[in-house]
Amino acid sequence: MAYDELHGADGTVHPAYQAYVEWLTTVPAEVLQNKRVEADLLFRRLGITFAVYGDESGVERAIPFDIIPRILSASAWQKVATGCVQRVKALNMFLHDVYHDQEIIQAGIIPAEQVLSNPAYRPEMQGIDLPGRIYAHVAGVDVVKVSDTEFYVLEDNLRTPSGVSYMLENRRMMMRLFPELFSRIQVAPVEHYPDLLLESLRAMSPVPTSAPVTVLLTPGAYNSAYFEHAFLAQQMGIELVEGQDLFVRDAVVYMRTTQGPQRVDVIYRRLDDDFLDPLAFRKDSMLGVPGLLGAYKAGNVTLANAIGTGVADDKSTYVHVPDMIRFYLGEEPILANVPTFRLSRADDLCYVLANLPELVVKEVHGSGGYGMLVGPKSTQAEIEEFRLRILQNPDNYIAQPTLALSTCPTLVAEGIAPRHVDLRPYVISGTDTRVVPGGLTRVALREGSLVVNSSQGGGTKDTWILEDGTC
Amino acid sequence: MLSRTGEHLFWMARHMERAENTARMLDVTYRMRLLPASMNQPVEPWAQAWAVPLITTGMAKDYYACYDELTAETVLEFLVCNPNNPSSIVNCLKAARENARTVRGAITSEMWESLNSTWMEFGKTGPEVLEAAAIGQFFETIKQRSHMFRGVTVGTALRDESFFFTRLGTFLERADNTARILDVKYHILLPSPQDIGGAQDYYQWGSLLRSVSAFEAYRKIYRDTISPRRVAELLVLRRDMPRSLRACAAEIYSMLQVLAGTTGTEAERQAGELNARLQFARIDDVLANGLHEYLLDFLERIGALGIEIHHSFFASLDPAERLA
Repeated sequence: MAYDELHGADGTVHPAYQAYVEWLTTVPAEVLQNKRVEADLLFRRLGITFAVYGDESGVERAIPFDIIPRILSASAWQKVATGCVQRVKALNMFLHDVYHDQEIIQAGIIPAEQVLSNPAYRPEMQGIDLPGRIYAHVAGVDVVKVSDTEFYVLEDNLRTPSGVSYMLENRRMMMRLFPELFSRIQVAPVEHYPDLLLESLRAMSPVPTSAPVTVLLTPGAYNSAYFEHAFLAQQMGIELVEGQDLFVRDAVVYMRTTQGPQRVDVIYRRLDDDFLDPLAFRKDSMLGVPGLLGAYKAGNVTLANAIGTGVADDKSTYVHVPDMIRFYLGEEPILANVPTFRLSRADDLCYVLANLPELVVKEVHGSGGYGMLVGPKSTQAEIEEFRLRILQNPDNYIAQPTLALSTCPTLVAEGIAPRHVDLRPYVISGTDTRVVPGGLTRVALREGSLVVNSSQGGGTKDTWILEDGTC
Repeated sequence: MLSRTGEHLFWMARHMERAENTARMLDVTYRMRLLPASMNQPVEPWAQAWAVPLITTGMAKDYYACYDELTAETVLEFLVCNPNNPSSIVNCLKAARENARTVRGAITSEMWESLNSTWMEFGKTGPEVLEAAAIGQFFETIKQRSHMFRGVTVGTALRDESFFFTRLGTFLERADNTARILDVKYHILLPSPQDIGGAQDYYQWGSLLRSVSAFEAYRKIYRDTISPRRVAELLVLRRDMPRSLRACAAEIYSMLQVLAGTTGTEAERQAGELNARLQFARIDDVLANGLHEYLLDFLERIGALGIEIHHSFFASLDPAERLA
C-alpha cells in the first residue's frame, strides 16, 4: 500500500493539507471542473506545449496540468532541499575529480572501468580547469516520498535537465486560477528561479568582466523542450541562440547580431554533448558550433552544464553516489538511494531474473520512461520478452524493487482520487549551491500507473512548500 | 540583437500585416458584388472584379496554376485558405505565428498570446468559411486581430531593436500593399467623363477608400465628392493618413534611423531618399507623369529597400568578413 500524502492510515488529513482541504470542502465540484477547463485553455493559449517525437497527430501538445497542488511541509522540504544540495555538491566534486586526479578511483571506492569505459566519459575534458570547479550548474534530482519523513532519490539529471518552466508556469497558473488560496496559505515563492540561475551563470564567466554576455543555446524550434528554452531565455533576458547564430574565431565564441559580431562568455546550453561541435563530436551535427570545444578548452567560454557530466548521472554510477558523499564531504547521505541491482554482476542478475514480476528494470542510459519494465504492472508475455532483452546484454540494465511512490489527490474524470507522484527539485550551482523551494511534481494520471513521464500519459502539478510555522 | 531574431520579427510583422491587407481587399471586392449588377457591370463585369485581387497581390500566375476558371469562389478560396498559396490569409497567420514562436523570447507574452490565439482559432480555417454567412465576419475578425496585434505591440513592447524591426516589417509591408491596391484600382476605375459624379463612381471609389480605411478620412479632409486626384493625394502624399505611402515611408525612415548603427547606413539612406521624394512631391506632378509609373517606381524602391535591409541586418555574412 503506497503512502498517501493527503490521508494518514487512520483516514485523518495530514497537517500539510489541512488548510487546503478546509478550503476545498467549500468549493462545489463543478467549479473545480470549470477551473480545470480554464487551465487547459490558458495553457494552450500561452503555447505551453511540448513536442512528442514520432507522434503523427500533431507537433505540439500541452502537458496535462492538475489543478490540485501537491503540498509539502516546511520540515519535509528541509530534508529534501539539504539532501539534494549535499548530493549535487558531491557530484560536482566527483566530476572534477574524474577529470583531474581520479582520487576516488585510486582510493578504490569506484572501479576505474566504471568511469573510464563509460560512454558518457569524455576524455577531451581531462585536465581542463573549469571556473568554480562547477560541472553541473543545473541539476534535477528526481525524488520520491515513501512515508512522512522518508524520501528516496530515483536518479540524478546532470546533463540538460528540463521541466523547470513547468514549475514556474504551474505556479503562475495556480495564482491566476485561485488567488484566494494564496492569501489563506503561505506558499514559498519559486518565481526567483530565473534570477538565481542567471546570477550563477554570470558568476561562472571565464573572463572577469562586469557584464558577461550569457546566451541560451537551443537545438531549435522543433526540439521537444523548445518552449522551455524560449521561456527561460526571456525570463533571464538573454539571447536564445541556435548553433547557426554562433561562430568561433581564434578560439573565441561570437554571436551574429544586427550590429555585427558580439563576444559570448557563458553558454547555457540545452543541446547534448554529441551535437555541440561537429569538429569534435558528431560530424553530422547541424545544430552545433564548429570549434566550440577548442574555445572551451582554451578557457574562453563557459558551458553550462559542462561537457561530460553524463558520467556522473547514469544509472550505473547512481549506486555509488552515497559513497561519493562520504568520500568528498565526509558526511552521511541525507537522502537514501533506492536499493539497486546491477545486472552486470552475476549475483544480482540471478536474483533479478528470478524475481522479475516484483522489480522495475531500467536501461542504464535510458530516459523518458522508455525501455523499462515495471514488473507488477506487466503481463507474463511482456516479462518474458524483456527477459530475453536482458539476457542479450545484461550490462545495459539495472533493477530496483517496485517503489511505493506516494499518492496525491488529483482531479480526474470521476472526481478527486489518489494518483502516484514524484518530485524534481532544481539545484543551481555557482559560487554557492542552492535550490528554490519547490520543483516539478509529475503525476501518473492513469489509475495505478507508476510512470509519470509526460511522454507516457503523465501530467504535472504545482508543488507547494509551506512557509515555516504554517503547520 | 541576433540577426536571425531581427529577421523573424520583421517577417512576423509583415505576414500579419499582409493577412490584414488581403482581408481588406477581398472584403471590399466581396461587398461590391452585393451591389445591383447594373452598378457592377458596365465598366467591370463582375468576373473581372475578382481578377483584381489576383493582380494586386501579384498572384495571378500562381492562381492559374491551381485553377482553370476565374470565379468568386475559387479566388476567395485561393487567397483565404488554399494551403498551396504561401500568401493566403491562413498561411500568413501561420507564418506570423511560426516566426513569433521561433523568437518567443524577443517579444512580450501578450504579443505571443495574440498571434498564437489567432492562429489557434483560424490557422485551420477551411473552405467552410467561404460561405456567404461567414465570410464577412471572417474578414472583419482578421482585421481586428491584426489591429489587436499591433495595439498589443505598441502597448507592451520595450522600445528596443525588437520593437523597431517589428514596426519596420509592418510599415514596409503596408507601403507595398497600399501602393498595389491603389495602382490596380486606379487603373480600373479611371472614369469615362460621363460617369464622373455618378452613383457607380461613388461606390467604386468609395470601395477603394474603404479598403484602406480612408473613406471617413476623405470626407473629413475634403468635404466634397470623390475625385481621383484627391484619392491619389490622400493615399500617396498625406502624412496624416496612416496607410498612405508617405506615412509608411516616414515610419520606415524613422525606424531605420534608430536601427542603422554601422551596418545599416545604406538602408537608412535609401529610406531617407524615399521619404524625401514623397515629402516634397506635388500631386499634380505625380499625375502628370502618370500615377502608374510613379507607383511602379515606388514598388521597385520598396523592393530594393527590402533587399538592402536583408543584407544589412539579417544575412549571415562570412564571419571573417564581418569581423574585418
